[in-house]
Amino acid sequence: MRPLRLYLVQRVTAAIMVPLVFLHLALILYAVQGGLSAQEILSRTQGSVFWGGIYGLFVLCASFHVSIGLTNILQEWTPLKRIAAANIAHTFAFVVMLLGFRAVYAVVF
Amino acid sequence: MTTIHKVSIWRGGADGSYAHYEVPARESQTVLDVVTYVQRHLDPTLTYRFACRVGMCGSCAMTVNGVPRWTCRTHVSKVTGGGELKIGPLSNMPIIKDLACDMTEFFEKWQKAQSRFVPTKTRKDPMERIRPDTPARVAANAGIECINCGVCYAACDTVAWNQDYLGPAALNRAWTLANDERDGGWAERLKAISEHGGCHSCRSHQSCEAHCPNQLNPASSIAGLKRLSTSAYLKGELK
Repeated sequence: MRPLRLYLVQRVTAAIMVPLVFLHLALILYAVQGGLSAQEILSRTQGSVFWGGIYGLFVLCASFHVSIGLTNILQEWTPLKRIAAANIAHTFAFVVMLLGFRAVYAVVF
Repeated sequence: MTTIHKVSIWRGGADGSYAHYEVPARESQTVLDVVTYVQRHLDPTLTYRFACRVGMCGSCAMTVNGVPRWTCRTHVSKVTGGGELKIGPLSNMPIIKDLACDMTEFFEKWQKAQSRFVPTKTRKDPMERIRPDTPARVAANAGIECINCGVCYAACDTVAWNQDYLGPAALNRAWTLANDERDGGWAERLKAISEHGGCHSCRSHQSCEAHCPNQLNPASSIAGLKRLSTSAYLKGELK
């Protein structure tokens, strides 16, 4: 993939994640008032298209963002060549995506 | 009684080491004065570069107490704080000998970035009238006083990490040309600066801005190139 496209994907995913992080922080502040319980969390998330969509989108963006960023870090900070760095980063990002979607699935369905 | 500066200077190639000298202190003494004193009075085999001695030619840059600087305009009193003076060659470039480093790659990257003026008129055409207050000319003016000293290149973390990275100086020049109405080389330059090692490799650490002896801001120029490159891509001008 051309560096410009990678740059764009990384910036766009970051731009999407910023408001999602603030939304998540606001939700935490709201949710912990009066204590936090698994039942309370699940009552909000189970069957919710909105929260499923929000966290699903975050997982997707984080996976792509991590993949590109980690490739750059590995290439610049280790002796790895671009292909090797990309393979490691893509594998890691794929695992992050699987775990993320599994977590979203667990609280929504 | 004459005050003495304790000075360490890099001697040899990449596997060299610092040698120690004592140099008499003078009023308004520059780091280049100290290096010149060592060569003329203590060791004539010391190799270093200089030409104009007034901050115009960009040939005397060295690493002074860990910081890349133009030595002809750097007063000893401002960098030692009364302590020792440690002078080495610039980082991120191979050492030829002592304080002279090989700047071949630095200048080759200027060519790779297509950072050369491409004229669009002949000598028979009338002179182009450039208004000094247009946004493009103001942007070009902000970056045009580069003296090619290599200080930004030596200070750049991305250059140290990524050998393909074109570096702040070459990209700063590309930005000034992008804002030059007379230039006709933008299409080729746009491709060059958008490839691997181009403007999108910059991590915006801004060491170039912090160390540029002419107070230029190559990081800002590179941010401008990123905007132009992204805009061209979104318009379909860059495949």
